[in-house]
Parts: sequence; C-alpha cells; structure tokens
Amino acid sequence: MDSGEYRNCLIELLYQLADDDFILAYRGSEWIGLAPHIEEDVAFSSISQDLMGHATLYYSLLEELGEGQADSLTHNRPPEKFHNAIILELPNGTGTYLENPDYDWGFTVVRNYFYTLAKKIRLDSIKTESYEPLQQIAKKISVEMSYHLMHWETWFNQLMNSTPEARSRMEKAIKLVLENFDGIFSYGELGDQIVKLSLIESEATLKQRWITELQKKEQIDLSMTMNKGNGRNGIHTKHLTTSLATLSEVYQSIPAAEW
Amino acid sequence: MTVASEHQLERFMNRIDSGEKIEANDWMPDDYREALIRLISMHGISEIMGALPEKEWVPKAPTLHRKLAIMAKVQDEMGHGQLLLRVAEDLMEPLGKNRDDIMQDLFSGKLKFHNVFHMEAPTWGDAGIIAWLVDGAAIISQTMMLGTSYGPYGRALKRICAEEVFHAQHGESIIMALAEGTKEQRELLQDSINRWWPSLLMFFGPKSKAETGHTNQDKNMRYKLRTKTNEQLRQEFLTKYVPRIWALGLTIPDESLRFDEADGEWKYAQPDWNEFKRIVTGHGPKSQERLSLRVRSYEMNNWVREALGKSALASEVGSYE
Repeated sequence: MDSGEYRNCLIELLYQLADDDFILAYRGSEWIGLAPHIEEDVAFSSISQDLMGHATLYYSLLEELGEGQADSLTHNRPPEKFHNAIILELPNGTGTYLENPDYDWGFTVVRNYFYTLAKKIRLDSIKTESYEPLQQIAKKISVEMSYHLMHWETWFNQLMNSTPEARSRMEKAIKLVLENFDGIFSYGELGDQIVKLSLIESEATLKQRWITELQKKEQIDLSMTMNKGNGRNGIHTKHLTTSLATLSEVYQSIPAAEW
Repeated sequence: MTVASEHQLERFMNRIDSGEKIEANDWMPDDYREALIRLISMHGISEIMGALPEKEWVPKAPTLHRKLAIMAKVQDEMGHGQLLLRVAEDLMEPLGKNRDDIMQDLFSGKLKFHNVFHMEAPTWGDAGIIAWLVDGAAIISQTMMLGTSYGPYGRALKRICAEEVFHAQHGESIIMALAEGTKEQRELLQDSINRWWPSLLMFFGPKSKAETGHTNQDKNMRYKLRTKTNEQLRQEFLTKYVPRIWALGLTIPDESLRFDEADGEWKYAQPDWNEFKRIVTGHGPKSQERLSLRVRSYEMNNWVREALGKSALASEVGSYE
C-alpha cells in the first residue's frame, strides 16, 4: 500500500468528519436562547457542545498528522477548504442569531435527526475497521450518540404525530433536508480510495442502512439529492462563508495573538 | 387577622427565627410567598436573559477551547434559570399561575431582570468581564443567600454557586490571556472594564431607599431571605476584586476609589441611580432588543408548543443534560 495515498485518504475523511460536526455545532449554538422551551435550550446546547467536542477530537488528530494547529484549521481556513456536507451549513431560517431570527424548529429537528442517525451509522462502520486512533475516537464518541439520537427521535416522532400544522411543517422540512442530504453520504473525489483502503464502508452500504433504519419508524419517501453541490469537494454556499466569518471574527481581529 | 391566622404567623416567625427551613407545602404568610416569587422569578429570568449578551460571543469565541467553555457556561446559566423557575412555579401554583405567566410578565415589563443584562457587550473583552466580574458579583450575592429561610431556594442556590465558581475561573482565564497579550488586547480589556464598572456597582442595588425611593431589602432580611445588605455585598465585591484588577495593571474609572482605613470600608463614586432605575425598567441600551429576541422566539415556536400540548410541555423532551 502506498503510504502517501493512505495518509491523504485518511486526512480527507477526517476533514469531512470534523467539518460536519463543527458546522452543525455552530448552527446549533445559534439557537441558544431561542429554543421552544427552556428545557430544550439546555438539552440542545449540551448536544451542540458535544458536537463541538467531537470536532475538536478530529481536528487534534489532524494536528498530529501535521495539518497545522487545530485552532488555525478552524479559524483560519478558507471556505473552499472545508469539506462538510452542504446541508449542514444551510441557515436555521431567516435573520441572524442576533437580529430578527425567524428559525424553523421543524427543519432543525429533521436535519439533526437525519444527521445524527447517519453519524451513528458512520461511526459504527469506523469502529469495526479503519485507522486505529480514529477507531478509538469513534468508540469514545459513540457513547454520546445514543442520547443524541434518542433526543432527536423523540422530537421527530412527537412533531410528526400531533397537530396537522406540525405534520405539514415536518413534511416540508423533510423534503427540504433531503434535497441536499445525499452530500452526507458522499466521501467526495477520493471516495473510491477511501473505501478501498478500508477506512470506512462504501457510501451505498451506509446509505442503505440509514434508509432501512428510518423506514422502520416512518413510511416516508427518502429519495435524496445534493442540489447545491458536493461540499466534500469544497463546493459551498455563501452561508458557509458568512458562518466562518462569524466563527473566526475574534481570532482574526488581532493576528498572532494568544487568546 | 383572625386569631387562628395570628397564631399561624407567630409559629411561622418562630420557625424563621430558630433557623428552620420553610418548605413548599408549609403554611406561609402571603407577603412571604409574594416576596419569594418576586425574588426567585427575577433571579430565574435574569439567568435566562443573561444568556443573551453571552450568546453573541459563543460562536465568536477565538479558540476551540474557548468555544467549548463559553458554550458550557451559557448552558449552565440556562439550566440555573430552569431550576429557579421550577422553584418559583411551585410557589405560584396555589395562586393558579404557571411559567407562562412568568413569561408574559417578562414580556409586559412587569417582571424585571438584572441591570447588567440590559447592557451592551460589544467585544470579546466584555465576554471575559461578564464571566469574571458579573459572575463574581453573583457568587457574592448568591453565597449570602445560601442560608435563606426558604429550603428549595437554598438547595437550588447550592448547585448554582458550585457552577458559578467554574464560570468565574473561565472568565479569569480569558482576562489573564488578554492582560498578558498584545497592546490591542490590553486596550480591549481596559475598555471593557471602563464600560462595565458602573453596572458592576449597580449590580448589588441601592444602599437604601434614599437612592431609588424603593427597596425590598428590609422585609427580605426580616424573613431571613437574605442576611446582608446591598452595601455589605458591594463592599465584599470591592475588597475581593479591586486589588486583583489593579494587580493586572488595569485602571478603574473612578479616581475617588480608595479603601478608607479609618472607616474600614471602600469609598467610591456613586453610580447614577436614576440611570439604574431607567435601565431596570426596560430603558437600558439593549433592553428592548433582548426582550424582543425572547418574544420572537416565543412566537416563532408557538406551533411547537401547540403540537406538544400544554401538559407535555417540557416533560417528554429535553431531559438530556
């Protein structure tokens, strides 16, 4: 095996895992103070923290692999170098987290539920094969995954089975999320090699597991696309650019400072 | 007052005087209950409104470590709000009121929140000052309340105080990094201290009625809801923090500030108590913006609350911490 190729594929997969959690943690943190009730504010905030913590574990591994400091990777990398799936960077609604937010709780529940399930399936696959230090991280993170999944699944089921208004909002949200959800299962341009090197199982295998799992709960059409392009290849919307500007505002305000 | 209720009141005061704790289902005079509801719902809602100025800095925190720490802090504050509102809700139940009434009172301006959370927090230095000094001030006033005569409030405060200590450490760590940093970072920090100083003095409330024409501290002390006056707490704060601020080579925007050995107390310029009144009645620089953020969140999630049904609210989802 070509060790350079292995390293490149491993790094690519790590960026995907790290950036997915980092960006969704950010979207989650925008909900602080705005969730449907105070109990949810506390719980959601805890989940977002977990995601940020998971991202930090992956970035630390990238740091060890010589990619640069974790803080620099998160606060000083241009948008086109981010490899998160586009569905995770899309805004929670209109307005900003400080001004006139009009956030869609249905979209947030569906995005988080669908993503959490995909993440769990992904980690389960990594746990059984892959780079040893990454397997260790996957095992560590998995402990929290069942709580996250239970949380979002409860919300999903409640909102799908209550008032007609909630049902129709949820159906709209499902459609919206699926339009770009295929990007979650993509490994991008290095996909074939990543799978060949046994870093993770194939895109199709994981996607099928995800569909089977969801179909058990709810008979819904799960056909998906990635309308806005493939984030794994560095293609993104303007929403990632504005998100990263917020995330790195202080870091970049005084170059070379320690914070 | 009937003979029976006079007897009840006497027994109640004897319990207070002997240091017994009053529990939610015990008999209590109406004005004791009212004082508790006012105090605890204001405290709870202040924790929740307090998340808003810090929320601004959650995504912007400059490193992964700082991001994680400030997320944890804001989550704790929300958790404190939740804990306190539950204590307040139990007290309100016999009056046929619930959390929705607390929220409506907040929106209408009837329920006030702490002066500090009406203020602007325009820089990362402010995030540090809030965690170090606002939380530091909160620790001083909440530690005093640990001995409160109302058991459920005392128990909630015990947990809150333990967590606040971590927040103050998180704040101190931000402050140290800025103080030991570049010239720009030190200037950022000095600006924040200048901006927050009057609010920090106001935090403990007026010394007596003379300043604002109204204070609840006498009654609250008689009922042993609190054990120290506003001024005693402010003096403790000055004793603890002024030397630390000076030790960092920073200045405090009050030239008259000094410790008077003869009187054994700090002399300082009084903040503008008329301004204090304006701020806490909803006329601070950020009062309306932050209130409208809460109102908006309430409105945009109407359909969710309806979907959950009033009885299911908060009980089925949201227990993961």
